[in-house]
Amino acid sequence: MSTGGLRLIAAMSGGVDSAVAAARAVEAGHEVTGVHLALSRNPKSYRSGARGCCSIEDSNDARRAADTIGIPFYVWDMSDEFADTVVDDFIAEYEAGRTPNPCLRCNEKIKFAAVLDRALVLGFDGVVTGHYAQVHENDEGLVEMHRAVDMAKDQSYVLGVLTQEQLRRSHFPLGGSTKPDVRREADERGLQVATKPDSHDICFVADGDNAGWLADKLGPRPGTVVDESGTVLREHDGAYAYTIGQRRGLRLGVPADDGKPRFVLDIEPVSGTVTVGPREHLLVDALDGIKPLWCTDVPAGVLDCSVQLRAHGAEHRARLHVVEGEQTVHVELLDPAEGIAPGQACVVYDGTRVVGSATISATHRRAVSPA
Amino acid sequence: MSDPNPVPPSPAVNRPAYLDHAATTPMVPEAVAVLTEMLGRTGNPSSLHASGRAARRVVEESRELIAERLGARPSEVVFTSGGTEANNLAIKGLYWSRLAQDQARRRLLFSAIEHHALLDPVLWLGKEQGADVVTTSVDRDGIVRLDDLRTTIESDPGSIAAITTMWANNEMGSVQPIAEIVALAEPHGIPVHSDAVQAAGHLPIDFAASGLEAMTVTAHKLGGPIGVGALLAVRELDLMPLLHGGGQERDVRSGTLGAPLIASFAAAVDVAVRHREVEAARVEGLRERLVHGIAALVPDAIINGPDDRALRLPHVAHVTFPGCDADAMLMLLDARGVEVSTGSACTAGVPQPSHVLLAMGYDEESASSSLRLSLGHTSTDDDVDRALAALPEVHARASAARAVRQR
Repeated sequence: MSTGGLRLIAAMSGGVDSAVAAARAVEAGHEVTGVHLALSRNPKSYRSGARGCCSIEDSNDARRAADTIGIPFYVWDMSDEFADTVVDDFIAEYEAGRTPNPCLRCNEKIKFAAVLDRALVLGFDGVVTGHYAQVHENDEGLVEMHRAVDMAKDQSYVLGVLTQEQLRRSHFPLGGSTKPDVRREADERGLQVATKPDSHDICFVADGDNAGWLADKLGPRPGTVVDESGTVLREHDGAYAYTIGQRRGLRLGVPADDGKPRFVLDIEPVSGTVTVGPREHLLVDALDGIKPLWCTDVPAGVLDCSVQLRAHGAEHRARLHVVEGEQTVHVELLDPAEGIAPGQACVVYDGTRVVGSATISATHRRAVSPA
Repeated sequence: MSDPNPVPPSPAVNRPAYLDHAATTPMVPEAVAVLTEMLGRTGNPSSLHASGRAARRVVEESRELIAERLGARPSEVVFTSGGTEANNLAIKGLYWSRLAQDQARRRLLFSAIEHHALLDPVLWLGKEQGADVVTTSVDRDGIVRLDDLRTTIESDPGSIAAITTMWANNEMGSVQPIAEIVALAEPHGIPVHSDAVQAAGHLPIDFAASGLEAMTVTAHKLGGPIGVGALLAVRELDLMPLLHGGGQERDVRSGTLGAPLIASFAAAVDVAVRHREVEAARVEGLRERLVHGIAALVPDAIINGPDDRALRLPHVAHVTFPGCDADAMLMLLDARGVEVSTGSACTAGVPQPSHVLLAMGYDEESASSSLRLSLGHTSTDDDVDRALAALPEVHARASAARAVRQR
């Protein structure tokens, strides 16, 4: 991956990471063309300002970085693809009572699919991004992806959906660096985005108000919040405003009998029933996953591994079973996990190596005797 | 940012095959010479001392030269910052003053293929100022339908504030029937404005003979500098100013006159008009080679716009490549040193389907498969050869790019 002389598309969000990644690719001897992805049909409707990835300001920041690096720069309109595969999916998943990860979806369907496909037919060899992850070819000639050196910035979780063909065309020049080093390097290179704040929230939810954004798209879907005995605690305007593991903002009024805080344990989307209960009932010790994707090979039989169940979440020791014609997986968690939501990705690691991922379809709680 | 020279190095080592003269064309050496000479001089044309008088003399001589070359009287030339300002001044100024004279005159008639610099002020007047804006349709070649315009005018001539139609279209190159439009408006005393930004210097233009009340021109489309243009407006025309201030330009356009830009503009107009006939024939020949070459290399390519030479600009070729992604073509040609345009407007750099092509009856698919190639005074056979040499591979790849998106 480090040999020069390739023709690469650098996906430039307008942030510091992708700018430094593009600069490093140039320095490695590649012929790099900068591309900013326009993901919104109406740029003003997505987040504006420094923190998002879809605004006119970000497009200009990316352009200025490309100027400084000295590479050609274009804007690619991916707004239709983004609306169809990321935004619509995000809405549909919440509507179905699940918790999607749109960044992961964007990597799977846009950055390393629509963009990569376009790059390849236009005569490029691959895509370079500012993700923090490491790729290298192993002894068997397969490309492996590993966690970044900087664990605080590691983004292998949101890249866990990439297949061997995609990884082979992907370049992550920042995987061996720490964020402070990248910022320092950006400053040394004269990149004006050196001190630009990181983006955090979902780029297409303009004000970070997920529930409000979903309410606008889905309209009122009244339902009830109940305890585990089925007693109705309150009514709500839409189950999509709740996430498994959520504690804040439940506004239950009456405290629990034991006076302890309550958490969202379950969401039943058809009736709109949100079940709450004590924290210990959030513990999960097994889960099922669908739509598995493997970075290298399909693991044979049972794999002792570790799994990460949300972005920047902890690693859990686990045992992976690939079942049913390789279309589903079953994961036993040796360390129980808390607040796991269907729809999130289960990314499987063998040490620092990403084995693959699956979408969580069901969770299994350890048997807990009623209080 | 400590570099004392703010001008970054030129992008390409080799001179690109620049086929985007309709966006802006290189300055002619005469205009460069005048501009650089004038930049070293001081003097506000409104000052009363010798330096001021000298600057004023340059402005007035420039005004006289431009007027003469374009068939206007010097007093009819109102200098502006360029085509956008001249269009805004014409259409807003006309609307406001005509309405002030008669509250019934709320209708503004404009063609469906106007440039944004005219379209957007018209739409703004409709949205914010109570104007009743009425589009005149065009045919498939991008030429205004006179019968449509006639019907609109005759339905209620007393309600029309003004009519505006560009002289030649910036994407398709189609030339509009200005004389016929004026003939329809004249019996009703309706003023007609034309945005002649793309036509001036390329087509024979005589403002007085045209019968227009107002006409927009800009320097940088005919070999002058960016940042200066003019509205030619007949003396009797009552225009409400956009800019209030020192009262320059007969109170219609305040602001210190930019003598260097104006002088350079005049030099460019002079060269363009004097060489027009010879140059138009030369560029037309290059265009013919280009479109025949394209047709030979890409048999399903469609050369758009009127076939009749009299109905189109000599230097513009608009081509649809069916099933091909024009944005990808632009990028791949650029990488090969060939510079063209998709003729589309951008905000965050996102291409939108051209309202001009949609008005001509193209669907979004063909609009996004079309390129504009425009030649000019620096164009050579070599430019055409380089474009044609790059085309087959670029076309194949950009067709694959379209296919991959529709998968």
